[in-house]
Amino acid sequence: MSQTDAATMEMHSATGLPNRKVLMWAFIGSECMLFGSLIIVYMVYRGKSLVGPYPADLLNIPFITVTTFVLLMSSLMMVLALSAVQRGDMRWGKVWLFMTAFFGMIFLGGQVYEFTHFVHEGLTLQTNLFGGSFFLLTGTHGAHVTVGVIWLLSLFFMAQRGRLTQANAETVEIAGLYWHFVDVVWIVLFTLIYLLV
Amino acid sequence: MTQTHEQAEHAHPSNRTYVIVAAILGVITAVEVAVFYLDALKPVLVPILLTLSAAKFTMVVGFFMHLKFDSRLYRALFIGPLVVAIAVMMAMFLLYGVFGA
Repeated sequence: MSQTDAATMEMHSATGLPNRKVLMWAFIGSECMLFGSLIIVYMVYRGKSLVGPYPADLLNIPFITVTTFVLLMSSLMMVLALSAVQRGDMRWGKVWLFMTAFFGMIFLGGQVYEFTHFVHEGLTLQTNLFGGSFFLLTGTHGAHVTVGVIWLLSLFFMAQRGRLTQANAETVEIAGLYWHFVDVVWIVLFTLIYLLV
Repeated sequence: MTQTHEQAEHAHPSNRTYVIVAAILGVITAVEVAVFYLDALKPVLVPILLTLSAAKFTMVVGFFMHLKFDSRLYRALFIGPLVVAIAVMMAMFLLYGVFGA
């Protein structure tokens, strides 16, 4: 679709707002429901495991605090990427896009390490209620982060080939909305899973 | 009534504001972890942590996702389902005695 076509579609939007951005906010609204249901499962099963290992035996607060900080800072890089693309500074736009994806990969690496460690300690999906609900909730979040990293890297490579310019800033903004939502979900999970043990 | 894109969305914050918000988010995270380790605060741990978490949530959504500055339609699309999700969570927590556990 040419930029002219996209501009025409935006002008004809019934709300006067970009349709893609409206759709992304509606999607994020539906994601609130999804994560809400998974949080209900985790909290209802919390403290009801009949066999170990239990959360207090496994959860490493200092380690997860570092990965949480990394994800928070990735959100800063995402807004800096959007800001750079919006003002036509594609050089910094590409740098911040790549750094956002890189920090997302660090977070995912931390999650892979944590999951592997838990499995070695005897916690799997089938071990107890904590294992089932923990892996379901954090695994779903991790899958979302993975999608976000792939999306950001795609935008980075598009920018490398000159197919992402200031005119496509809305494309970066929509990816940013998704990425910040993933960050927001982790803010809640960090408190509920790790700090309210 | 339709608004134009320009009318509906106000100017986004500056990079300086973004960095300040990120610094505050980092500080709140450090405070959360400090509170977790302080035995003296154990009786009020839950309300403190939930308040700090809500503050971080609001800052990311308001500043980084621009909900504070963008159209009210976006706010409705996000806050509507969020309120429903929180209401269902509270109902289920009460039903299953999560608060009393």
